[in-house]
Amino acid sequence: MRIGVLTFPGSLDDVDAARAVRLAGGEPVALWHADHDLKDVDAVVLPGGFSYGDYLRAGAIAARAPLMQDVVDRAKQGLPVLGICNGFQVLCEAGLLPGALTRNSHLHFRNRDQVLQVERADTAWTTDYSEGQRIVIPVKNGEGRYVAADADLDRLEGEGRVVFRYVDGNPNGSSRDIAGVTSEDGRVVGLMPHPEHAVEDLTGPSTDGLGFFTSVLKAVVAA
Amino acid sequence: MATSVQISRETSGAGAKTRPGTLVGVSRVVVDVVLKPEISDPQGQAVLGALGRLGHDSIRSVRQGKHFVLEVDGTPDEAELKQIAETLLANPVIEDVELHLTTD
Repeated sequence: MRIGVLTFPGSLDDVDAARAVRLAGGEPVALWHADHDLKDVDAVVLPGGFSYGDYLRAGAIAARAPLMQDVVDRAKQGLPVLGICNGFQVLCEAGLLPGALTRNSHLHFRNRDQVLQVERADTAWTTDYSEGQRIVIPVKNGEGRYVAADADLDRLEGEGRVVFRYVDGNPNGSSRDIAGVTSEDGRVVGLMPHPEHAVEDLTGPSTDGLGFFTSVLKAVVAA
Repeated sequence: MATSVQISRETSGAGAKTRPGTLVGVSRVVVDVVLKPEISDPQGQAVLGALGRLGHDSIRSVRQGKHFVLEVDGTPDEAELKQIAETLLANPVIEDVELHLTTD
């Protein structure tokens, strides 16, 4: 299984994301934002970082990068895409996921291990979890406050599009404690916390993040 | 969610053309991007807090936004500028736009 990891200028966590793919049993494939080449990957991870220095808005310029047009087109046909932190911001800016990420309500950069509750265990990236399960993975962001109009939030909740919620404290003031959301078809998932930093006991607070990468391998086989 | 785009047009007369550094045949378009009223602005609140500490008690609120100045060859295409403002300069989920066109 070939899982692409898309690097933009300013991406930081692409190496960790590739490593998580490898530990899960997949083959990481490096993708470059300026190419129009998805290299026959079966899924794509948009990693964390500060693409284009967060200029204009976090993720705004990366969302218009050449390869993102290919990612958007293929995602609409069911290609699994995971956006982590800056990658989540890129997915919202690209219109693949609803809502937007804004400055943390307390204005501080927040970096800590975070408890999440899994709300959906049937997306392409979460089948190795169970609904209601609590996992611990790092969160680290300055612009992670998820917002959308109340009517849109009601609709998302009604459609079951909230995949993860913050538990034991909301690190950034996100509406309704939302940590991650998914597309209508459950193939595109974005979240602010970092599963790729929780894949080995030596380097992470847990190995709870590995499930994202093992889940998508099964989703690709099933597709 | 629709972005609210307000467009103001002014005739420059002595304005834009004589502005220092403005080239002949180049129009100047100003785009102001502001957070929608219902989106909280913690940066603006932090500025408000600082103003209070400095004794400026009459300032009731502060909203922080972005200000873009575009120089456009020839006559600006209003539809194109509106599209630029809505699709790149502002995020319609959280922001509104004010477009200020100056024409001869």
